[in-house]
Order: sequence, then structure tokens, then C-alpha cells
Amino acid sequence: MRARPAEAPKTPAAVGLSLVAVFWLALIILLPLVTVLVEASKEGAAPFLAAVTEPDTIAAIQLTLLVAAIAVPLNAVFGIAAAWCITRFEFKGKGLLLTIIDLPFTISPVIAGLVWMLLFGAQGWFGAWLRLNDIHIVFALPGLVLATVLVTLPFVARELIPLMNDQGTDEEVAARTLGARGWDIFFRITLPNIKWALVYGVLLCTARAMGEFGAVSVVSGHIRGQTNTLPLQIEILYNQYEAVAAFACASILAGLAIVTLILKSVLEWRFADELAANRRH
Amino acid sequence: MSLTVSNITKTFTKFAALSDVTFEAEPGEFLALLGPSGSGKTTLLRLLAGLDQPDSGAIAFDGENFLSLNARERRIGMVFQSYALFRHMTVAENIAFGLTVRPAGERKTKAQIKAKVESLLKLIQLEEYGKRFPAQLSGGQRQRVALARALAIEPRILLLDEPFGALDALVRKDLRRWLRRIHDETGVTTVFVTHDQEEALDLADRVVVLKEGRIEQIGAPLELYREPKSAFVFEFLGANNQAPGTLLGGTIDFGGFTATAIVKGASDGAVTARFRPFDTQISRSGPGFAVKVLSVLPAGANLRLELQTADGQVFETQHAHDSEASDLHVGDTVSLLPTKVYVFA
Repeated sequence: MRARPAEAPKTPAAVGLSLVAVFWLALIILLPLVTVLVEASKEGAAPFLAAVTEPDTIAAIQLTLLVAAIAVPLNAVFGIAAAWCITRFEFKGKGLLLTIIDLPFTISPVIAGLVWMLLFGAQGWFGAWLRLNDIHIVFALPGLVLATVLVTLPFVARELIPLMNDQGTDEEVAARTLGARGWDIFFRITLPNIKWALVYGVLLCTARAMGEFGAVSVVSGHIRGQTNTLPLQIEILYNQYEAVAAFACASILAGLAIVTLILKSVLEWRFADELAANRRH
Repeated sequence: MSLTVSNITKTFTKFAALSDVTFEAEPGEFLALLGPSGSGKTTLLRLLAGLDQPDSGAIAFDGENFLSLNARERRIGMVFQSYALFRHMTVAENIAFGLTVRPAGERKTKAQIKAKVESLLKLIQLEEYGKRFPAQLSGGQRQRVALARALAIEPRILLLDEPFGALDALVRKDLRRWLRRIHDETGVTTVFVTHDQEEALDLADRVVVLKEGRIEQIGAPLELYREPKSAFVFEFLGANNQAPGTLLGGTIDFGGFTATAIVKGASDGAVTARFRPFDTQISRSGPGFAVKVLSVLPAGANLRLELQTADGQVFETQHAHDSEASDLHVGDTVSLLPTKVYVFA
């Protein structure tokens, strides 16, 4: 059992700090969330429903989910592979690899979109060749996926690396001496040991992938009903002074994020014992 | 011959971890690799397990070249200092792991595996703990599960890396006896690594003493204790005192008195003599080092004295409670005569 932290005395300072935290949370997170819901339902259910069932919006929701469904597994596989390399082997350039993984955290998403334009856009390095072969990357699904993958690249790897460092290689080495082969070791030892961090990383990655705006905005081309993801659709609606529709879409996006968080909490609650056992060891 | 290690050399990027290491283990022998940290003992164990490859040399088991087999093929039972139990598996699943990962053709039936696990749980006296997770066990219990898991694959050799390192003194002593009994029951050739000389002498049939990647001496515990070949072995196996003297034909002159020396490779001239705390006699006026008593303390069955010569050298000695030493008080001046003096090259 993890030791419970000793409870600090309830001094005025402690009470004050708690109040600051609660106030800040309410101001920065709850207030905007409530605003979204209030604005979306201001004119009643009918305009809300009309806005979210509008074909372009439905197309945007579908596209957002599709992009996430492709980008997240790619980054999950990459994250596991990268964390494995970094925590299980010593090699030159390890520090560099770690820095590169962090890069998407630090560069602006707009740049993450622009690099794909520079590579695959009409004036880009491969633009002419792509046009010749009738392959569409930017202003199409592949571009949206690439931009999303780049922006959400660190989430899974960053969750796994500290945990795998912490757990060390002893269990894997033990499995090897007991006769397990490479994939057996991965599926029976490594993966079960990291599954909660993996789930957590995948959920964060999903939430971020669905909400991505900047990079996607650059490569999308904003073709309504075709290359507009939900965040882009919201912006368009908002710019057209369709406030209710914009906030209706925003509430759906917020809803997707909240579902993701609820999913995470349910998993944590459902498997609390196992989770605790993992941590205690 | 069961295990043969010949001329093993292993160099890491900067230093030689092992140089020209050669030893053998008889079938069913309990062998200790003893040395301070950095002596190469864990490297050697990893080579035996197939987790590393030596630069040169040979390792064979029953005439089979071990170096051409990988860790999986060697069928070695390894117990890690950290236990390395699979944290997401129950005790029973941990023990069964080595049996359930076998390829389908070689795998035993579920019933056979279950029976094997039960017999091992019984052997480690944890019959009721099969469904628990490692996190719910004490350190000593985890250690026993780790051993059962290693034994489940019916290993040709059992390798233990500092098996008691993480346990407190009381549990350690208990588990030591128990491990020896398990070894005697299963008869599996066992090699274990330790930096604790007491543990090595207490448990092993023979001890391989390592120093800086080289074998310093191999022998049974009593043999090592009585016939240390080097100052390192002498010092590593227990408390000792040192004093300068002049060696001449098997007699050492301490300036004022002489003693018979057990000479190991040293030549006549100025030497450093070594003697154990209990190989000494105290007298009020006999021959010996003139020393002042710094402290008189009980140490179990003995009295422990701290003594200092006029030029500041401190000796530590042990004497029976009913000996001359029991009348001593702090500040007394007495003679200390070493009765068994070693002189090494």
C-alpha cells in the first residue's frame, strides 16, 4: 500500500492556498466550460440539434474521429518503440532522441503544419511529383493525419519512459532466463507492466488529437464537409457569427474530451487493485 | 565435471571486468563467488546465465559448450537480488511462468503445471499464498517465490545474485539455512554471488574469492580461513590487525620480541605482519607489544579490546571472558603477544 501523506495542519496558509487553487480552477476551467454549454443551449434544443446534425458538422465529427483513430495508434506504436529503445538500450544520441521526442511540445503547431506544406504542398519539395502521380496529401486526409501525428507524438512516449525507467529490466531478464522469447517477453511481461501508463498516454493523445487546431488548420484547406475537422468547423461557424452552432459544436468537442476523461477514471476505478499493486511493487 | 569455466576474459569499454578466470563446479556443488563490489562477480554470473558474452574463454556444462547457447536455451535458474518477480502475476503464475512459455510441443499439460506449482509452493512453505501478488508478500517471502520460480524449470544450474542482499539480518540467517536445505534436497548445482564473507563461508561447499576481476583463491571455507594465500583473502575473510616487522627465516622480529610466522610467499626483510583479533594473548609483563587499553567491551562470547601502542597504532583483539583480559581497565598498560602471525608477499 502506498503510504498516505501525513495530513498537514489546517493553518490559515493552507486554507488560503486551497481557496486559491479552487478559485483558479473555477475561473480557468469551469467557467469556460459552462460558457460553452450555456451559449450552445441559449436558444433551446432545436437550434442546438439543427447545428449538430448539419451535414458539414457531422462530416467534421466523423473526420475528427477518423484522424484520431489513425493518428493515435500510430503514436502508440511509436511511443512504445521509442520508450523501449530509450529505457532498454544504451546508445549514442539517446539524449538527442529524447529531445526530438519533446520537440512537438515546444514548437508551435502552426509550424508542425507548415513543414508538411513545405514537403508535400503544391510548391513543396515533392509537390510536382505528387501532382504527377495524382497523390493527395495536403488538403486531404493524409495531411491531416500527418499533422496530428506530429503534434501528438510525445504523449505516449512521455508517459512510458519514466515508468519503464523506474521498472528497470529485471523482470524481462528474468523472463528470458526462464525461457521466454522476445515477443513472449513483450506481451506477457513488458506490456502488462506498462498498460496503465499506455492507456493514460493513449487517452491524453486522443484528447489532444481531436482538439488539434493549428497544425491541422494549415494542411486542411478548409474544404467544408471534406477536410474540416471539428475544431476548424467551430472556427468557421464562429467567424460567420453563427454563435449557437459554433458553441454547439464546441460542446460536442468538449463532450468528447470529457468522455475520454471519464473513460480514464472508470478504468482507474475498475482496476484500482491492480493499479495499486503495480505501483506498490 | 558439471560446470567448467576456462580462461574467461571480459572487458568493458574502460576496464577489465574479468581476466583469465578459471574454475569448475562439481555436480550438486554449492559454490560461492565472493568479492567486494567491482570484483567482477556479478559479471561472471551474467556470463554463466548467458546474459552477456565473454571476450574470450570457454564455459561448458557437462561437456556442452554453453557459449553457443543463449540464455533461454541454457535452462538456468536465476534468482535476482531484486527478486524480479512479475508484479502483475500471482505467486502461482510467477512460478508457472517458465513452464507456460515453453513452445507448445514441449509444454506440460495444465494439470502437470498445476501439480508442479503446488509442489513448489509446498517446498517454499507458501502453500496458502498462490493467489497473492508479489506486492502483498514480505521480502523473505518474495525471495522464496523467486527461488521456486527458478526451480520450476528444473534448471541445470541455479544462479543466485546476492540473494539475501535486500533482507534484514534475522530473515537473512533464516533463509540461508533454508536455502542450503533446499539445495541439499534438490541437488542442483548452485552458484551464488555475495560480498558477505560470513554468508559465503556459512553456506558454500567451496568459495571462489575474486579481486579486481581475477581469482584470488578457491577453496573450502575452512581451507580459506586456515590457509589464506594472500593478504587480500586474509583481510576479506575477517577482522585483522597489522604490524610492521622484520622477517628472517620464518621468524618475525617486532623489535623487542619475536614470533613464529606463517609465511606465504614473502621474502626476508621488512614486512607487514597480520594476525586475527583472537590469535593473541594479553599479559601484564610477558613479551609483546607494549599497549595501553583504550576500551573493554563485550562482544558475544568474547571480550573485545581496543589497544594502542606508544606510537599510536591501534589493535583490536578478542579474548575469552574468563581470561587475563577480564581484569583489565581502560588506561592499563599491558603486553600483547600475537600467537599466530601471517606474512604475505
